[in-house]
Amino acid sequence: MTAPEPEAPTTAPSRAKDHSPWNWLLFIPIVVPLIPAFFNGDSPRVFGFPRFYWLQLAFILLGVGTTTLVYQMTKKRGGS
Amino acid sequence: MWRDHLTEIIVFSVLFLLVSVMGFVAARWRAPKDMAHLDEWGLGGRSFGGWITWFLVGGDLYTAYTFVAVPALMFGAGAAGFFAVPYTIVIYPLVFLVLVRLWSVSHRHGFVTPADFVRNRFDSPVLALLIAITGIVATMPYIALQLVGIEAVLKTMGVTGDNALARHLPIIIAFAILAAYTYQSGLRAPALIAFVKDSLIYIVILVAVVYLPYKLGGWGDIFAAADAKFDASPNPNDGILLNGNNQLQYVTLALGSALALFLYPHSITGVLASRNRDVIKRNMSALPAYSLLLGLIALLGYMAIAAGVKPLPGNSAGSVDNNTIVPLLFDQQFPDWFAGVAYAAIGIGALVPAAIMSIAAANLFTRNIYKEYLKRDASPAQEANVSKITSLVVKVGAVACIVFLDPQFSIDLQLIGGVIILQTLPAVALGLYTRWFHRTGLIVGWVAGMGLGMWMLYQVASPTRKHFGGSAFPLSEFGFDTTRTIYVGIVAVAVNLAVAALVTLVLRAAKVEEGADGTEPDDYFADEGDPRVTPGTDRDADSAREPVA
Repeated sequence: MTAPEPEAPTTAPSRAKDHSPWNWLLFIPIVVPLIPAFFNGDSPRVFGFPRFYWLQLAFILLGVGTTTLVYQMTKKRGGS
Repeated sequence: MWRDHLTEIIVFSVLFLLVSVMGFVAARWRAPKDMAHLDEWGLGGRSFGGWITWFLVGGDLYTAYTFVAVPALMFGAGAAGFFAVPYTIVIYPLVFLVLVRLWSVSHRHGFVTPADFVRNRFDSPVLALLIAITGIVATMPYIALQLVGIEAVLKTMGVTGDNALARHLPIIIAFAILAAYTYQSGLRAPALIAFVKDSLIYIVILVAVVYLPYKLGGWGDIFAAADAKFDASPNPNDGILLNGNNQLQYVTLALGSALALFLYPHSITGVLASRNRDVIKRNMSALPAYSLLLGLIALLGYMAIAAGVKPLPGNSAGSVDNNTIVPLLFDQQFPDWFAGVAYAAIGIGALVPAAIMSIAAANLFTRNIYKEYLKRDASPAQEANVSKITSLVVKVGAVACIVFLDPQFSIDLQLIGGVIILQTLPAVALGLYTRWFHRTGLIVGWVAGMGLGMWMLYQVASPTRKHFGGSAFPLSEFGFDTTRTIYVGIVAVAVNLAVAALVTLVLRAAKVEEGADGTEPDDYFADEGDPRVTPGTDRDADSAREPVA
C-alpha cells in the first residue's frame, strides 16, 4: 500500500520562505473592489465623476499600494 | 470611402511596417547561442527583466479587443461595462500570490506550460492532456478576437471590400507578416514590439482624456449625456450606475474574468519568461498602471455618447457594430494624422497578444501532445521546430475563424473560452498549493464544470440570438425567485471544485492509487540560480545544455 503522506507532504512546512503574514494583506485589494455597496452610488462627485467611477479608479491605487508594501516587506534581505 | 482616410491609412501602414521590421530583427535581440530550443523560442530564454516583463505581460493582458470592446460595452450598456476595472485590480494580487509559485516550480523543473506542471504534480498524462486541450481551445477564439479589433479600425478607414475575401485581405496580409516574424523570432518579437505598442497607446490615451473632455464640455457633461441616453433606452439594466439586478453579475464577472485571465496559457507564458521571482513581484505592483489606462479607455465609450457618435452598420442588416465607436470617435475629433496613430496603436495592440497567444498554444501542443503522445524522445531542437510550425497553424485557424464565421460568433466563442479555461483552476492554481485533490477527482470535476458551464451558456438568450447570448445567467433558471443574474464561469468552477472534492473523498476511501508527486515543497520557492535547476524537463536532463542564467 502506498501511503500518500510520506512521499507527498502536501502539508508544506509552515516555515517556508513564502509564508509571510504580510501576504494576507493582499486579500484587501482582492475583496474590496468586489463589494458594490462601496462604489455603486452617484455622490459625492469628484471633478464631475460619479462615485462609481472615481472610487473604482481609486481602488487601483489601493491595489498598487498594498502590493508594493507586501513586496517591500517580503523581498529577500541579506541575512534576516 | 477609403480615399477620405488617406492620411490615416498612410500613418497606420508606416507604423505597422515599422514594427514588422522590428519583429524580424528581434531574433537577434538578446540573442542566444542556440535558438533551436523551446526555452529560447517559446520563453525568450527565461531571461526577461523588469521592464521587458512589464511591457510583455501588459501587452498580453490589455489587447486590441480590450481597447475597442470595453468602450463599446460602456457605450451600449453603461456601468456594467466598467467591470473591467475591478477585474484588472484583483488580478495582480492573485498573480503575486499564485503565479510566483508556478514560476518557481517551472524554473526548477524546466516546465514550459501549465500542463507540464500538472503532469508532474499529479502524475497524470491524461489530466495534463485535458489541461493542454482546454488551453488551446480557449486561446483560438481569443486570437480571432484580436482580428476583430483590427477589423474595427480598417472598417472605419473605409478599407472594406464587397466580398468576404476582399474585406479580409488586409487582415490576412497583416497576419501573414505576424506569422512570419513570430516563426523566426519567437517570444522575442512580441516582447520587443510591446515597447512600441504601449508607447503609442499611452500617448494616444493621455491626449484623448485631456483633450476630449475639454472639447466636450467637461466630465460632468459627458456623464450627463450618458445618463440621458440610458434613461431614454428601454433596457432596464443599462445606466451609469448598477441596479439591483446586475450587481452580482458585475462582481462575479470581474472575479471570474480575473481568475480566467491568469489561467490563460499566454499570461502564464509571459510570467514564465521572467528572469526571477523578484521581477514578477515587482511587476505585479507596477502593472496596475495599465488598469488606470483601461479605466480611462472605458470612458471613451461615454465620450462617444457625448460626441454623438453613431456606430457603423454591422454585418447583418439592421444591426450596428458598436466596436467601431472608438475609431469613429478619433476620426471625428482628431486630425487625420493623429487618428492614424491611434489606429496603429490599436492594430499593433492586436499583434503583440496574438503572437504571445499563438506561441503559448504552440508550446502546449508541442509539450503535452507531440512530446507526450507522438514522439517521446523529441530533441529540444525538434520541440522548437514543432512549436514554430504549430504557431503558424494556430494563426491560420484564427484567420479562418474571422473569414468564414461571423465575427460576432468569435466574440461568443471568447465568452465560452473564459468559462472553459476557468475549469483548469482546481488542477493548476490550487495544485500549486495542495495535492489534496485526487487526479481522477480533478478529471471528473473538469467534466462536470465544463458540462454545466456549456449548458448554462446555451440557456442564455440575447436580443439577437436564442443561445450563447451572453455570460449573465438568470438565477431564476435555478428556481430562485429573483431577476438577478450571475456569471456562468463562477458557478461552473464552483461545481467543478465540489465534484472534484467529492470524488477525491470517495477514491481516497477506496484507496485508489494516486500517483507520485514529481515536485517537492521547496520547489515552489526556488529562485534564479537555484543549484537544483535542471535544463529542459527532467526527462531530457541528459542533454548537454547549460541552464540559462
